[in-house]
Amino acid sequence: MVAWNKLKITVHTTKTENYLYTNSFDIEGGNFSKAGTIATGIKSILKELGLPNDVVRKSAIVCYEAEINVVSYARKGFINLTVTPKTVQIEITDEGPGIPDIELAMEQGYSTANQQIREMGFGAGMGLYNINCYSDKFDISSEVNKGTFLKIIINTPQCI
Amino acid sequence: MKLREVKEILDADVIVGQEKLDMEVKTAFGADMMSDVLAFAKAGSLLLTGLTNTQVIRIANVLDIAAIILVRGKKPQTEALALAKELQIPILITKYILFETAGRLYVKGIVGCLEQVEDHSAHN
Repeated sequence: MVAWNKLKITVHTTKTENYLYTNSFDIEGGNFSKAGTIATGIKSILKELGLPNDVVRKSAIVCYEAEINVVSYARKGFINLTVTPKTVQIEITDEGPGIPDIELAMEQGYSTANQQIREMGFGAGMGLYNINCYSDKFDISSEVNKGTFLKIIINTPQCI
Repeated sequence: MKLREVKEILDADVIVGQEKLDMEVKTAFGADMMSDVLAFAKAGSLLLTGLTNTQVIRIANVLDIAAIILVRGKKPQTEALALAKELQIPILITKYILFETAGRLYVKGIVGCLEQVEDHSAHN
């Protein structure tokens, strides 16, 4: 495993904690042909940072599902990615219809997807369920007709 | 087994990745549902699917899938084909149905990338 201190990464310092990487990525609602490109890019970034394979994998899956959700349901959204020495933090914010019943939406198999989403191979009611499964910490909040906010934390084994 | 043998077993056409036929593969995952592929397929596995859009290629890329086997004689959509070429992800097309494809590979030693899912922590 690559040790953090051997990587050519500038460690930025904020008032609260050190982070190795932070960036924001816009997601276009309704643009199905681009769906998955942000998650693919994030995976490359995390791989380049030298994070362990399973952390990269979990993060990529979470981002992919979340991106598909924003593209499928929202007008627009963005992913904030922050990598610290101990965690990968992924925040997804969208402007869209929101989720009236979060508990129901989290259930495996529950979906409101249309035909277009299903033809892509999604909309089987696995998205939020998968995100929850792959997260070490998962928070979701939503307001109908405003949007949805997800915060996911994936722990990384300490490398320093 | 080498990807070349996979091609022979499935009587498949290699439409992307002719130069990667010496790659070793041991495991596979088959599904048409991309969320399940994301949840269960493992790096280095073959992905057996009947879906032909760009999502399949992007997901194969994200999961480091060794090669995509399109079953039932399906052909990738134009955009998907271009993306697979760009990302150098091999695509093989077989006329066998998903069940036959999986069975033919299994008897020759390719196994599932996982045997069973677990109750709650299946994904971890």
